[in-house]
Amino acid sequence: MLNRSMLNRPKLKTTVQLTLVAALIGVGACSTKKKDLPPPPPPASEPVVPPTATTPTKVPPPAGVQSTNIPGSTADFVAQAGSDTVYFGYDSYELDDPSRTILGKQAEWLARYPNITVTIEGHTDDRGTREYNLALGDRRANAAKNFLAAQGVDASRITTISYGKERPAVDGSGEDVWAKNRRAVTILVGAKG
Amino acid sequence: MKLGIQMRKFVAAALLAFIAVPAAAVLRVDINSGIAAPMPIAVPAFATPAPAPTAAGSTGDLGRQVAAVIAADLGSSGLFKPLDPAAFTTTVGYGDVTKPNFGAWRTLAAQALLTGAVSVNPDGNITVACYAYDVFTSEELARQGFVTTAAGWRRAAHKCADLVYSRLTGETGYFDTRIVYVSETGPRTKRIKLLALMDQDGANHRFLTNGQNLVLTPRFAPDDQTITYMSYADNRPRIWLYTLGSGVQTALRPASGDFPSMTFAPRFMPGGGSMVFSMSVGGNTDVYRIDLASRKVTRLTSAPGIDTAPSPSPDGSRIVFESDRGGTQQLYVMNADGSGQQRISFGEGRYGTPVWSPRGDTIAFTKIGGGQFRIGIMKTDGSGERLLTSSWQDEGPTWAPNGRVIMFFRTAQGSGATALWTVDLSGQNERKLKTPLDASDPAWSPLLP
Repeated sequence: MLNRSMLNRPKLKTTVQLTLVAALIGVGACSTKKKDLPPPPPPASEPVVPPTATTPTKVPPPAGVQSTNIPGSTADFVAQAGSDTVYFGYDSYELDDPSRTILGKQAEWLARYPNITVTIEGHTDDRGTREYNLALGDRRANAAKNFLAAQGVDASRITTISYGKERPAVDGSGEDVWAKNRRAVTILVGAKG
Repeated sequence: MKLGIQMRKFVAAALLAFIAVPAAAVLRVDINSGIAAPMPIAVPAFATPAPAPTAAGSTGDLGRQVAAVIAADLGSSGLFKPLDPAAFTTTVGYGDVTKPNFGAWRTLAAQALLTGAVSVNPDGNITVACYAYDVFTSEELARQGFVTTAAGWRRAAHKCADLVYSRLTGETGYFDTRIVYVSETGPRTKRIKLLALMDQDGANHRFLTNGQNLVLTPRFAPDDQTITYMSYADNRPRIWLYTLGSGVQTALRPASGDFPSMTFAPRFMPGGGSMVFSMSVGGNTDVYRIDLASRKVTRLTSAPGIDTAPSPSPDGSRIVFESDRGGTQQLYVMNADGSGQQRISFGEGRYGTPVWSPRGDTIAFTKIGGGQFRIGIMKTDGSGERLLTSSWQDEGPTWAPNGRVIMFFRTAQGSGATALWTVDLSGQNERKLKTPLDASDPAWSPLLP
């Protein structure tokens, strides 16, 4: 930022100022270098190759940290069983093979945690009348309950509740949406996480 | 609003008015042949003998509002065409109420005329007097006075509309009634539902619950003072009772303490001394009856499957319900003790939510088929099926107490928005009700006393 008075100064003074600035820059550069400690020598097996135009720097990804499901948690239950949810056909409460597989694994998991109880929620799609769907949701919840009980889970550990069409998992309409809403969900009671 | 409106018949002329009109001159709305030509009726602002303040505004203001409510009631039936007051060439002063200028009303092509007056009583209550005339013959058809609190002026207006409707159709009216329903808001996956109560025309709307608990399927007791409904309070889906006068809500419990599992689909039996409902036990749903005094529970159905949505006949001798015992959802009728169960629906598709008509000869239902949910009616033996609506999802009919109009709720495809609608028994005059939020599960009250 120059102003008229600076421009009118003698040249000598300007030269002195520039010299001082250069000296200061030099001092600054020196102090910066001192702070930058050299990296520890790399293992002999990985010789440091100075970057050149043809050899880009390779940066390994940061060390991986993965969360793990604590045994006995809801997340562990879902992971071990494959799902907390089984699905049904239209107006049906029959358990198909995938549902039986999931419920079988749920039962195995529950056998390992006898202090955990469950509530099974029965749900329907919205293409039915309200009260019929309450009864249908009850059927679905009980179909899942009966299967778990048959696999050895004490029936006293299982309660059921039907929500009919009141609590869809997915909003919208069409068969894809309805199929996701016709379900029974096993909710752990007394499990942490 | 204080219930128990006082009715005061105006001298003996009321009786004379009902019998003095010769048959040939009877002005009459034929409600059975559809609504091709609604009857033009003039409802000028009600006069007042002396302008006076009331707790609900001046008598002059009330006179205009009463006339507007009556006109809206009659117009909503689809049977009457209230004339636009802006076209009126004459005003009705207090002296004209009983001596109308029939010539002026004939010029407007009014076939019926309703005049009236609003006055303040010494105790602060108001009297609304109504006079109905046949404009062509200059005959008086009916007159009646209604006394109520100033705040209750709407009820007097509805009573007046019921008087005209009744005199001109030969049927009991239905305008002095209320609707209890479920008000809905929020995304469908986390829908909030509240019980709400309003007059039949949407006025005096109020919420009865705060939305904390999921509530469904309210129904009036025959005396209009109690509402039964289903609530998920404490994650225990059970039938509850709501006493309107006190606002007290209590779970319906049997003598044994509590029901073992979900109870739902509650309906009062005629007389109000007992209720029918459904209970699901281990995936099997049956119809039960509970005596409200002893809380003794009787099981009425035992077929494996879903037996629900019971609805008693008006005389209490029979109950219509839905069952999937035959494979799909169909309608059945049984005696009130559970004996004589017989299937009555045999058409294509599924049938649910049967409701016995207050007249006793018809059953309304939801029919599912062809990608639609429609409201229909049939005779109590299942014959004479007629579908009244056609839509993506119409559900849950409820009868006006005179059995001429059915209210239901309609769910829009895609958005899932819900609203209350009415349709005439003829299938005509479909109308959407205005509600503050989305609305479902309507139940019509009895005609208020």
